[in-house]
Amino acid sequence: MRTVALAGRVFKEVYRDKAGITLGIIYPAMLMVIFMLIEGHVPVDIFEPINIMPGITVFSFAFLTMFSASMLSRDREKAFLIRLLTTPLKPGEFILAYSLPYFLIALLQTVVMFITGTLFGAPAGIGYITSLLFLLPTAMICIGIGMILGSLFAESALPAPGTITIVVIAFFSGAFADFKMIGGIVRTIALILPFSHAVDGIRSILAGNPLSEVMNSLYLVVAYALLFYLLGILFFRWRTRSV
Amino acid sequence: MSETPAIQMMGITKRFGKLTAVNNVDLSIKRGEVFSLLGPNGAGKTTTIKMLCCLLKPTSGSAIVLGYDINRDSEKIKQIIGVSPQETAVAEKLTTRENLNLMARIYGFSKEDARERVETLLDMTELSERSNDRVKRLSGGMKRRLNLAMALISDPDLLFLDEPTLGLDPHARRSIWKQIEAFKGKKTILLTTHYLEEADALSDHVAVIKDGKIVAHGTPHELKRDAAVMQIMVIRAQRIPEACIDELKTNYPFVKETAEGLEIRGERLVFDGIVDLIRSHGVKIEWLTMKQPSLDDVFSSLVEEEGAE
Ligand SMILES: Nc1ncnc2c1ncn2[C@@H]1O[C@H](COP(=O)(O)OP(=O)(O)OP(=O)(O)O)[C@@H](O)[C@H]1O
Ligand SMILES: [Mg+2]
Repeated sequence: MRTVALAGRVFKEVYRDKAGITLGIIYPAMLMVIFMLIEGHVPVDIFEPINIMPGITVFSFAFLTMFSASMLSRDREKAFLIRLLTTPLKPGEFILAYSLPYFLIALLQTVVMFITGTLFGAPAGIGYITSLLFLLPTAMICIGIGMILGSLFAESALPAPGTITIVVIAFFSGAFADFKMIGGIVRTIALILPFSHAVDGIRSILAGNPLSEVMNSLYLVVAYALLFYLLGILFFRWRTRSV
Repeated sequence: MSETPAIQMMGITKRFGKLTAVNNVDLSIKRGEVFSLLGPNGAGKTTTIKMLCCLLKPTSGSAIVLGYDINRDSEKIKQIIGVSPQETAVAEKLTTRENLNLMARIYGFSKEDARERVETLLDMTELSERSNDRVKRLSGGMKRRLNLAMALISDPDLLFLDEPTLGLDPHARRSIWKQIEAFKGKKTILLTTHYLEEADALSDHVAVIKDGKIVAHGTPHELKRDAAVMQIMVIRAQRIPEACIDELKTNYPFVKETAEGLEIRGERLVFDGIVDLIRSHGVKIEWLTMKQPSLDDVFSSLVEEEGAE
């Protein structure tokens, strides 16, 4: 119950942050519309709704890192975390309360991106639900990174690592450019990181291919999700052990 | 049970690397009393409170809080204490009421009980009018009052108030004082402050802490009696050589150059002795006066004794 109460507060604060919501939901949705409008004039495969929608959705999750990191470092700096640590809340409850709300935001982002994509002709279907298999662990990666950054950096120092995360995800997810045509080191990095696997996995699902074709990508993304979430928990625990 | 102290510290110590923030403190705080920890910046007040409410593990030593050991029973202790941190610890984007409601829910109140408790506290801290404002729009003093209200939410038997009147105007300060006085005998309160006047007005016992050590401890009355014993002499002269000041320092614990002149404090100042000593250095005394010490003077000599260069 108290976890729900605290999670509710975290959600409320993110939701009430108009600049954040604009950046995390409206901005990616507008980008998607622009790309799809371009596609109408100059047909580029990558800007087709079925291709751009997964990329933009994963890209929008990069903002979850910013949301969760800044909430955590703000609460540390303003001593709100100290106050919470004097209450009977247990460590596990903290971690849930500081991460669950962002899954809800991720769901909100997904719904907005998918509706926008559908309006421009993406084929609605069961694939929208199956995509969540990739989207949830991807969100988990971003939230984990947020917990790590929020434990390490002061709020004023967050823009740099936060922006780097957003750029890395934008670039190496292949959301905006087909890195397979660039090749070389870029391609190698993109294949090591989970984001392009998530985007390609969803593209494949939306194209109607069976899930079995992307199982390897799915395992990789889930493994990354567990790793980053665990790291997030460790950093959070380390930070709250001495306040 | 009611005979055992609310808090019994036993050689509690905290080191941060080489720095000893709290040094072997043994204090006992009775149930139902208001106890002030008085000291300058960096004395170790907050660190002491953090250890007692299980935010920080002591490097050595221990304390029993309402019958529980801080090193082992942190979960039990967190159920029964209320803490108002030194920094204003509120959620800025929530309203005043939402902040209080959140705390009530965290302590396990049902929706209805939470609503009732929140109204009571809004009333008590005179925040009802601003209950639906986002906290970031409140004034500093209002936030401070909310900070206190949030510590009171679970109606705890033991309250830790770290500088409860920090940044308050005289009126708001009085109203917090009144609040604390109303709890006397009902709750045990450990508060910290920089102001002797505040410790004097509120507390049953005061401990003066400096560099992590307790340098004085007693009732405000006892500390005032010490003040009555103390004498202060202020001397003005053209130029007093270092050698003279050094010699004075070997005889009197507190010698300091102030804007008024050279200030010497001690329990029994030997008037002739001091004047002769200064003259023997070839100094011409221009002006000399004896001052009646105030409580603040006692406090400042306690905390400056070693620090006075
Ligand atoms: N987490 C920490 N790491 C290292 N040093 C610390 C830490 N917390 C406190 N200190 C040091 O311990 C000493 C005591 O600090 P503390 O905050 O307890 O003082 P205080 O009496 O509350 O002072 P103030 O009146 O300024 O609040 C200071 O020298 C401070 O720099
Ligand atoms: Mg302090």
